[in-house]
Amino acid sequence: MNTSVITAGHDVAGHHEHHDDGSKTLLGFWIYLMSDCLIFSGLFATFAVMAHAYAGGPTGKEIFDLKYVLGETMLLLVSSFTFGMAMLNMHAGRRNKVLAWLAITFLFGAAFVGMEIHEFAALIHEGAGPDRSAFLSAYFTLVGTHGLHVTCGLIWIVVMLDMVRRHGLDAVVKRRLSCLSLFWHFLDVIWICVFTFVYLHGVL
Amino acid sequence: MSHAHEQAAHGGKHGTLSSYLVGFGLSLVLTLLSFGCVMTGMVPHHLIVPGLMVFCVAQVLVQLGFFLHMGIAPEQRENLMVAACALLFIAIVVIGSLWVLHNMNVYMVPGMSHG
Amino acid sequence: MFGKLSLSSIPFDQPIVMVTLLMVAIGGAALFGGITYFRKWGYLWNEWFTTVDHKKIGIMYVILALVMLLRGFADAIMMRGQQALAAAGDQGYLPPHHFDQIFSAHGTIMIFFMAMPFIVGLMNLIVPLQIGARDVAYPFLNSLSFWLTASGVVLIMLSLFIGEFSTAGWLAYPPLSELQFSPGVGVDYYIWALQLSGLGTTLSGINFIVTILRMRTPGMTLMKMPVFSWTALVTNVLIVAAFPILTVTLALLGADRYLGMHFFTNDLGGNAMMYVNLIWIWGHPEVYILMVPCFGVFSEIISTFSGKPLFGYKSMVWATVAIGVLSFLVWLHHFFTMGSGANVNAFFGIATMVISIPTGVKVFNWLFTMYRGRIRFTVPVLWTIGFMVTFVIGGMTGVLLAVPGADFVLHNSLFLIAHFHNMIIGGVVFGCLAALNFWFPKAFGFKLEERWGKWSFWCWLVGFYVAFFPLYALGFMGATRRMQHYDNPAWQPYFVVAFIGAAIIMAGIGFTVLQIAVSIRNRAANRDLTGDPWGGRTLEWATSSPAPFYNFAVLPEVSELDQFWADKEHKRAYPRHAHYADIHMPRNTGVGVVMGGLATVLGFGLIWHIWWLAILGLAGMIGAFIARSYDRDVDYYVPGAEVEKIERERLVPLSKLIDQVGAAPAEQKVA
Repeated sequence: MNTSVITAGHDVAGHHEHHDDGSKTLLGFWIYLMSDCLIFSGLFATFAVMAHAYAGGPTGKEIFDLKYVLGETMLLLVSSFTFGMAMLNMHAGRRNKVLAWLAITFLFGAAFVGMEIHEFAALIHEGAGPDRSAFLSAYFTLVGTHGLHVTCGLIWIVVMLDMVRRHGLDAVVKRRLSCLSLFWHFLDVIWICVFTFVYLHGVL
Repeated sequence: MSHAHEQAAHGGKHGTLSSYLVGFGLSLVLTLLSFGCVMTGMVPHHLIVPGLMVFCVAQVLVQLGFFLHMGIAPEQRENLMVAACALLFIAIVVIGSLWVLHNMNVYMVPGMSHG
Repeated sequence: MFGKLSLSSIPFDQPIVMVTLLMVAIGGAALFGGITYFRKWGYLWNEWFTTVDHKKIGIMYVILALVMLLRGFADAIMMRGQQALAAAGDQGYLPPHHFDQIFSAHGTIMIFFMAMPFIVGLMNLIVPLQIGARDVAYPFLNSLSFWLTASGVVLIMLSLFIGEFSTAGWLAYPPLSELQFSPGVGVDYYIWALQLSGLGTTLSGINFIVTILRMRTPGMTLMKMPVFSWTALVTNVLIVAAFPILTVTLALLGADRYLGMHFFTNDLGGNAMMYVNLIWIWGHPEVYILMVPCFGVFSEIISTFSGKPLFGYKSMVWATVAIGVLSFLVWLHHFFTMGSGANVNAFFGIATMVISIPTGVKVFNWLFTMYRGRIRFTVPVLWTIGFMVTFVIGGMTGVLLAVPGADFVLHNSLFLIAHFHNMIIGGVVFGCLAALNFWFPKAFGFKLEERWGKWSFWCWLVGFYVAFFPLYALGFMGATRRMQHYDNPAWQPYFVVAFIGAAIIMAGIGFTVLQIAVSIRNRAANRDLTGDPWGGRTLEWATSSPAPFYNFAVLPEVSELDQFWADKEHKRAYPRHAHYADIHMPRNTGVGVVMGGLATVLGFGLIWHIWWLAILGLAGMIGAFIARSYDRDVDYYVPGAEVEKIERERLVPLSKLIDQVGAAPAEQKVA
């Protein structure tokens, strides 16, 4: 390309056209979330098709502990609320409160992932692992994919904690926190479908 | 970055403490209703599945409205169109797969027709 | 330590593979040595590998596609040769296991690593220029998309020499692709090559949707957007909607193979038909992802060379959108014989036939555009007319296959093979080659030689008919696809004719290569000084050839559909400005190429069960991505003075040229 370029912050006519004002990023991220939705729709469709393919193994009624699932749901729901608090403080420009609420969100999210790992480990220990039947394959894959997303969200929160600490609440950090917020709430929406169609519907 | 841009980026609103509290409260209630439907055993059997569907859709809408700040404001038109598009494709994938596979099971694997 | 990998993984016992390996090794060494000798590594790294310029990324995609066309075609002619020989007891020269790998590789490569990169490359090259944008919405993501695609290509090429490729066909239907029946690494190569390149494709789909929705030049409403950009928009929506389903499907197959799950196995409740269902939910939109942009290419070409606006622009747009939606409602026609009931088959059969209506609208629009036009029979126009004839024939055989009853007879026969090659060669390949001839001057600043282009076209056209019409007949005679040998000696003459056809196509490919080589040698004579070699209508022709890295010094204002044409009519094209503002541009980055390399490492580790290597690759990718997010120096400003200098160098000689030959210089030159 060329060498005689400068990087200083300009205020020029061409500025607004191509400088990302954040809305472009958020639109792109929203489209990504919709494509992620389609990934989950494929997994839900597979789960629905395999819902009764027990192959002589355990059924949903035998292995799902609804009280435990209610606990997981509460953790995720609270974490969604605490993330909302982080966002409110971000818009108010209160850096330390953003850090605190993000950290709290991280703890709830981590607790959720911990509970899910414990649940999976117990099932595998009982011989109801993903290799037992098509139903269990579909169950582990669907719920596990959601858990994997939450784990990615946790990594992202850690990165953002560091970024807020280093850079404060500048435009780039705010844009990324807004994306993370969409991501985190989106995972909550997916979980609503998971507990309804997998767990509650599964024990009927 | 001007303030106007930022406003547009968030669909013109970020929510307030009270809107988050209302959204959280509604989600809590709907979650408990969903679990209550199945766990308490007090709901007549034929009403459980429709009830679950209603609570599920309601809670998804609550989350989209109060937490993801989706709305029908004009600056959100693109987001809404993308979401509507996605909903169409999701419906095709889920309903289509179930219909096709169920139909095949009925004709080809009569023993499995319940699934 | 090395998982399933050992020295015996290299197929020393297969002479064909070893000779290829030797040739690739010699060719690679020559290339490597040449680049080192001429000290071009720095140039390649700085100007190409790390670029975020959509035009250069587009060019790299197209080069990748052309290279893979050669590989995919080599597979094709080997198959044709085998089937021309292996009749009535003769086993031919390819043993079954090798033959199976070849037909699987041919389909996989041609769709995923030839057609897809070509289409994505064209969109990269043209869409931002056509909508008057300076780049795509996320330039770094664009570079990452390319390198993920390239890592898929590397894996699939590795499978030729290390281990084996899948023998389960281009869509790897289970239960054949399950561990029980395909215990080797072939299917794993298939899965990971497609997952990586599929991720890249999804990312570029998102990128282009945002680019087209948000970065159009002032005044360009959606209904004033050139038709190629419209087809690109529809295609990218289809990409973002369909590719996640492919990701899921391959992930579930991978879960079966790697984690012992039972989605598609024969035992413990698995359902192989669910795989077939899911992969075609992606697969049918996929063929439209390839085809729809080619419709756009033909539309641009036919209106440019007829010297008329496109007939029925609005109906063209709506037909494109309709095709996009309908493409999601027909997937079951790929497996009518699965055994669903009459109502399901009837629904999908009728939906399939309905697609021919918007497609017919398009064909008539093209014909009416040509009607009473002053058509210049350049190479792009030849490809377009060849396409229209071929595509309509293929469309009719498609409607025939859409009748479930007829499909029960023709399913998996060579009739089907002839049909979809009729669509994909006649539609996509002709479209890509037309686009190559049409937009080559925009990418490189000089035109391709007409003479060898015409030779190439006639060889392709004649070769296609000679190669595939015997297959229609063979399909009716009962010949099925993927036969390593056959008993019926009456079929052999048809296979021999088909082989001759493939050889004629090979000549066509040879002429394309020759055309490019001769054009590069004679580039001084074919230089495009105006930026508008064909008398173009849309904005990409308003800027210079090749376009400056910032595309447009001042973003053009748009008030009508064929804006550049109108500007030329009203003598306001090529405006010179007194003042040029600074231009904000993204900075090059090596993170994309590094992540692509690590993705290859990840894929290779997973394929060979070298877990530490896979973890290394994945952790590296995540680390590189996070590190990139800390990089705050991602853009810069081009000073207005420099823009002015570049623009002056072009516009001052250009205005003299225009004064000499009138307002539309290029058109005169061609005529």
